[in-house]
Amino acid sequence: MAMTMTQKILAAHSGRESVSAGELILADLDLVLGNDITSPVAIKEFAKLGRDSVFDRNKITMVMDHFAPNKDIKAAEQCKMCRDFCAEKDITHFYDVGEMGIEHALLPEKGLVTAGNVVIGADSHTCTYGALGAFSTGVGSTDMACGMATGKAWFKVPSAIKIELTGSLRRYVSGKDVILHLIGKIGVDGALYRSMEFTGEGLASLTMADRLCIANMAIEAGAKNGIFQVDDITLGYIREHGGAEPVIYKADEDADYDEVINIDLSQTEPTVAFPHLPENARTFGEIGDIRIDQVVIGSCTNGRLEDLISAAEIMKGRKAAKNVRVIVIPATQQIYLDAMEMGLLRTFIEFGAVVSTPTCGPCLGGYMGILAAGERALTTTNRNFVGRMGHPESEVYLASPATAAASAITGRITSPWEVMEI
Amino acid sequence: MKYTGNVIKYGDNVDTDVIIPARYLNTSDHKELAAHCMEDLDKTFVARVKQGDIITAGLNFGCGSSREHAPIAIKASGVSLVIAKSFARIFYRNAINIGLAIVECPAAAEEISEGDTVEADLDNGIIRNITTGREYRTAPFPEFVQKIIENGGLMESIVNGAF
Repeated sequence: MAMTMTQKILAAHSGRESVSAGELILADLDLVLGNDITSPVAIKEFAKLGRDSVFDRNKITMVMDHFAPNKDIKAAEQCKMCRDFCAEKDITHFYDVGEMGIEHALLPEKGLVTAGNVVIGADSHTCTYGALGAFSTGVGSTDMACGMATGKAWFKVPSAIKIELTGSLRRYVSGKDVILHLIGKIGVDGALYRSMEFTGEGLASLTMADRLCIANMAIEAGAKNGIFQVDDITLGYIREHGGAEPVIYKADEDADYDEVINIDLSQTEPTVAFPHLPENARTFGEIGDIRIDQVVIGSCTNGRLEDLISAAEIMKGRKAAKNVRVIVIPATQQIYLDAMEMGLLRTFIEFGAVVSTPTCGPCLGGYMGILAAGERALTTTNRNFVGRMGHPESEVYLASPATAAASAITGRITSPWEVMEI
Repeated sequence: MKYTGNVIKYGDNVDTDVIIPARYLNTSDHKELAAHCMEDLDKTFVARVKQGDIITAGLNFGCGSSREHAPIAIKASGVSLVIAKSFARIFYRNAINIGLAIVECPAAAEEISEGDTVEADLDNGIIRNITTGREYRTAPFPEFVQKIIENGGLMESIVNGAF
């Protein structure tokens, strides 16, 4: 029976020759992830089992990234609970302040995920690792607890949408513009319960940062996972980061897809998602004059080195508009260090930005850049729901690092093509 | 399982950020979470929700984050059942895993009005609007999921040897 890429990975992890869409299976897990928000709930659930140990101490990871460094006493208590649990269970991959980064940037960088893996994470953006050719999906804390105890999770085998990419991206256009365009096309529930499988000759022009960003936002179309066909770029990245031996699964030629969507990358333009849903995507002909109060460049979507390079190139030698607060957050310690050595931090600071230690902070309205009533932010994060970044009467616009940098210069939502005169 | 309650009605794409804003995620205490349930969508919810009430909603209910705090807040606020046209997938499995009753029924979600009294018999797949007398059919849960619900949640299923 012909299978999609996702179905092949799920079949291999449930001891089956084949699986088909709609079947319920119990799959073996290669990695179980939690953060400082979701892990405490999972730890409480795990305690109900009365077990001394987890299924495999090397296959569980906890990353203190959401409200860490601790934003308040309650956040401190939550991190402590995770820290104590990981010490007691001797969890190998516990990442605390000093080592931690934003989880979905950190795990690929540390080589913890490889092609062919099945990964669950108690964080909706766990779908990011699909960029590495893994089946990877967000779950809740109870699933995480079950995964920690048994090394298994239940899944309904998804059907899939194939995204066929052609062409290559133009200057100052990136993966973020591609995924915002796609969500704009299919809507926030356009891929509900399904896989999005990215393939086609256009893949060759997408960097790993582009692919990680695209897979990261698969959840914003409701998808169970977003997954990329493995190629030399994937394999090079996994090798460079010391990942385990990749297992390459390729969709059958005659696999059944619910839908095939073609995207010509060379036609993709700088794109902005308007409040209050990621599907409200617009290109610059239809944006108008929108003043902003804050710009955030960072997050699990766009806090990678390539993102910072892209923003710095536009900011270099220029200044932030008066009354625009610019916050740059390298996603991991390594990215921070690389940015420092490349001189990017100097560019940001001279531009008038602040540079923060890695944290999810402002993306979910936690801390480190909260909005007041009536304020607007242009940000490289992934959600623009009501109250996402602060006051319920504030507004969040989503865009690429290049668009964020251009907008920080003018103080209104601005295309990088305008600032760079393309 | 049977549920009876008065309906509180919402629209499409009710996301987890409005069900329980992230500024309250520095706790996992059920009562504290319930005290802020729906705050950024409907400031009146906490004051007017009564034990046993039923939420109806449109498409993609619970979209966004994986926070289990969202179904926990709804359950802890006294809501007995959520009927929606569709659910976001992480919310769907979280609700099953923690024992919050949910059911997809587009016709019921469309036609039932705010304040109606509704009775739902999920074992037999029947939703009855007592106020209007209209009846709706729903598909039963797959057996695997029924087992989790019968055990009272996912962890309880493991304790009972279902895994």
